[in-house]
Amino acid sequence: MTITTILLFALLGAVLGLDVVSFPQAMLSRPIVASTLAGTLGGSASDGLLAGVFLEMMALETLPVGASRYPEWGTASVVGGALYVSRKGDATSALLFAMLGAMITAWVGGWSMYALRRLNGRWTKRALPALEAGDASVVTWLQMRGIGADLLRGFVLTALALALLVPLTAIAIANGSGDSATIRAVLVAVAASIAGSAAWKLSHGSRHGPWFFVGGLAIGCAMLLHA
Amino acid sequence: MENQTVRPLPLLTASRMFIRMLAVQSSWNYETMLGTGIGFSVEPALRALPGGRSGRPYHEALARETHYFNAHPYLAAVAVGALARVELDESLPPAQIERFRIALCGPLGSVGDRLVWAGWLPFTVLVALLAYGLGAGPVLVVTLFLVLYNAGHFGLRAWGLHTGWTHGKRVAGSLATPFLRRGPEYLARAVMGLCGLALPLAAARILGRSPMPIADEARRTVLGPHALVFFLLAMAALLGLALVKLHGRVDGWRVALLIVVLLALHSVAS
Repeated sequence: MTITTILLFALLGAVLGLDVVSFPQAMLSRPIVASTLAGTLGGSASDGLLAGVFLEMMALETLPVGASRYPEWGTASVVGGALYVSRKGDATSALLFAMLGAMITAWVGGWSMYALRRLNGRWTKRALPALEAGDASVVTWLQMRGIGADLLRGFVLTALALALLVPLTAIAIANGSGDSATIRAVLVAVAASIAGSAAWKLSHGSRHGPWFFVGGLAIGCAMLLHA
Repeated sequence: MENQTVRPLPLLTASRMFIRMLAVQSSWNYETMLGTGIGFSVEPALRALPGGRSGRPYHEALARETHYFNAHPYLAAVAVGALARVELDESLPPAQIERFRIALCGPLGSVGDRLVWAGWLPFTVLVALLAYGLGAGPVLVVTLFLVLYNAGHFGLRAWGLHTGWTHGKRVAGSLATPFLRRGPEYLARAVMGLCGLALPLAAARILGRSPMPIADEARRTVLGPHALVFFLLAMAALLGLALVKLHGRVDGWRVALLIVVLLALHSVAS
């Protein structure tokens, strides 16, 4: 991957990282979208979608609730999609290391968002006298500064992650010899368990909720049997 | 009766407020939370106060509106509309406006979290996963998700701004509207049903993308070519059950990260 390509992915990571919280929260940053866009940028939208589906299942349990600290899947999905689509070697091993890279980036991304919120807090505290005077330019400045800092956060995080992970992934794929079928099967089982448990935790308290789940599962399995 | 006499927000002002609301969280912090974002969003309406942007009422109102505030970012639109109305039309004493602001925080947070984060978002994600499982391509999956999700997202923000402005200090009553009261319950059932439906289909499509030696063996079993999918779903159910039991103590994604790390180490070491 060339420096120009990394910078292009970093720009995408910046825009999608911004969407997570700051602007406009239109869920462009969801893995199923972000990874597909990264795949498109790297030359294969369908590979990006495959990586995005895995990451989406794992991200389903993450609720972006206000003050809580959670993994940041926007830039992480760009990294995951970019790593998978730019692979050289076995596709399933590449998927495994792309997932690993994306999850580590999501974890670091969560910390970077926490740091940004602390920084926003310091800027706000410093601006308190102007805010108490009702100075509109300071209000606008704080908002724009937050957007700028978040863009920078996403850009730096994506660029650093790709600069570190692209060579590491290439080495790991070259030296990896795991059984492709087993790797893919384990990844599917893990992703499905996270998604299923997330939906259950969110919704099982609804009236007849578990029965809706069982009904949906029965229909899904029946569709597979008759496919 | 009162609602029929409310003058509408000028279109340009409403548009400015709506666009600013999309950035309501851009200076989010642990001290004032959404406070600055609320002030930023209400500001276009405050320009209509006596004296305009250089008047004392404008500066006092803007200072008030940047104080601590916390709510769901989409339903904050209700607060933005209602606060604009009370600042402009209802000439309440400042202390009462402050109390009104604080009173709005709780319900707008909890209702929004249940309706959007725990309902609408997983529902639309699962619709996209179902579309993927049924064979849809990248353009269709992404477009379906974005259009469906944002129809709800932008609709909710627009409804919130309009409702807040229309009802002003009596906006609390509008939070009892059927889609806010019963919506989370219906969405929760739909999420459960969709999850059961989408996961096996998505898993089958993922496994179908690569040659699977185990699948050839499975082709001869009573469950046909998807025996592996059913086996993996059973494994996923066991792990999922463990995660549900450990709810609040262990995050699922951390467990997934651990398993992926072990798998990667095994892959490199073997």
